Amino acid sequence: MKPAHRRYLGLVYVAPALLFVAAFVVYPLWRLVRMSMTSASLLGGGAFVGWNNYLKAWRDETFWHALLFTLKYTIYVTPILMLGGFLLALLTAEPGRIARFTRGVVFLPVVIGLGSSSILWVGLLDEQVGLVGRLLHDLGLVAQPPVWFVDADRGLWAVILTVVWKVIGFGMLLFVAGIQSIGIDIREAAMLDGASYWQRVRYITLPLVMRTLLLTTLISVIGSLLAFDQFYIMTSGGPRSETFTSVYWIYQNSFIYFKQGYGAALSIILLVIVLVLSTLHLLMARRGGET
Amino acid sequence: MAAGVLALAVSALTLLPLVLTFLSSVKTPVEASAVPPHYLPSALSIANYLKVFHYQAGLGTYLFNSLAVAFLTIVMCLALAIPAGYGLARFRIPAREAIFVLLLSAMMVPYQALLTPLYLMFSSLGLANSHLGLAIVHTVIQLPFSIYLMRSSFAAVPRELEEAAIVDGCSSFQALRRIFIPVSLPAVVTLVLFAFITSWNEFIAALIFMGKETRFTVPIMLVGVRQGHFGAVDWGALQAGVVISILPCLLIYLLLQRHFVSGMLSGAVK
Repeated sequence: MKPAHRRYLGLVYVAPALLFVAAFVVYPLWRLVRMSMTSASLLGGGAFVGWNNYLKAWRDETFWHALLFTLKYTIYVTPILMLGGFLLALLTAEPGRIARFTRGVVFLPVVIGLGSSSILWVGLLDEQVGLVGRLLHDLGLVAQPPVWFVDADRGLWAVILTVVWKVIGFGMLLFVAGIQSIGIDIREAAMLDGASYWQRVRYITLPLVMRTLLLTTLISVIGSLLAFDQFYIMTSGGPRSETFTSVYWIYQNSFIYFKQGYGAALSIILLVIVLVLSTLHLLMARRGGET
Repeated sequence: MAAGVLALAVSALTLLPLVLTFLSSVKTPVEASAVPPHYLPSALSIANYLKVFHYQAGLGTYLFNSLAVAFLTIVMCLALAIPAGYGLARFRIPAREAIFVLLLSAMMVPYQALLTPLYLMFSSLGLANSHLGLAIVHTVIQLPFSIYLMRSSFAAVPRELEEAAIVDGCSSFQALRRIFIPVSLPAVVTLVLFAFITSWNEFIAALIFMGKETRFTVPIMLVGVRQGHFGAVDWGALQAGVVISILPCLLIYLLLQRHFVSGMLSGAVK
């Protein structure tokens, strides 16, 4: 077969995927940009309003609150996931059956949907029928089973607890892979040098999993900035709209208030924030090679 | 030794919420709503499962919707990612790197931002409340990973195998079918696995696109159960529903753990 012929044959194989992305990613993206400059709503409208929606977002207190709340959630949950994931990886990266078993178990909630796990925890955390309250009470930690979702901060921590349970295995897995790729000779050399366990962790393991740490942090940050399911199910944005996340506020505007032009502008703002972080992620991943 | 004890304690703590939920689901409906709650069921009952079975349009409808959407998502991911991965891995396409980056960058656009324009598009195409419409959204989520996976796998197929096929008079399509796909079967399994899990678990698009009760997927049905009837939540049914919704994922994970772990690792560093 002639090389030139083969080049175009290759394009034929790639074409369906390219067309799909053009139709269902690029085209909607273009419509989103256009829509963000109109007063479009399901009830009609759609006049061109220029940057008005963006100015409105700038003055929208609930949007700012949602953005800051999402940021707060991200800043709380990410270090817990990183540190917890790393410690769990130290615990389970060792050879042996118990370590391998634990690795398998901690990873298990990762495969469950966030929606299902949130509903599972709604049952467990309920102040009347939930077993978490009963357990805390029986352990003598609280006098009354706590009511989690009447207070924004307490609700936030309850959500964080459930998300940590659900996704910590993911970071752990990446750290385990990072730790296991450190050559056994390096570790043995350190042991011969008489370094203690924590010295080896501090001076050998940690520096060598730094790339994994950055990568996992970015994945966690991007995921947290797009949080929706857990808040929709567990807090419903309450109390007093205090626990709306960015995506939740976009959903609320676009599909509950039907202000789609405005929702589109909010989407673009979030998109830009996430794209910057994703670009960092992709650059880092590619620099790290084809593993 | 201490590490072993600690590891087992972590395992127990992780499993506890799942075990307690399962135990609650087999309580009698009255006991499942007891205040304060009991740790263990005093009698075993499948009444909660029967209630979920008959919830609104019936569990069968919701399971069918979830499975139909997952099936279409898998088919579309396979049909698009296998040829795309092949083209990118084995042909000197003009602007190959640019095309690859373009396809991957679809992954960087959060699909949550595209829901409104997609919703409007689907409404005018008659795809609102359709399995195909939601499956298209799930394919948007899953396609970049799928292409990445197939491209890496096809790129690793030895040249000699391909050349032998061409000497035998195989066309490029026959080579794909007879050599590349069989050799890359583990990657295909991983692709199917992740497409299923993504589609089965996906929440916000299902919430928005499946507005009609009879088109709810399982997670959206659960939201309905959780909101309850006139303010009263049927806790037993809720726990049973949760168990049903997570069971397929757990089974797949336990059976195909190896594919899962390798897929997760390659997905994260792509």
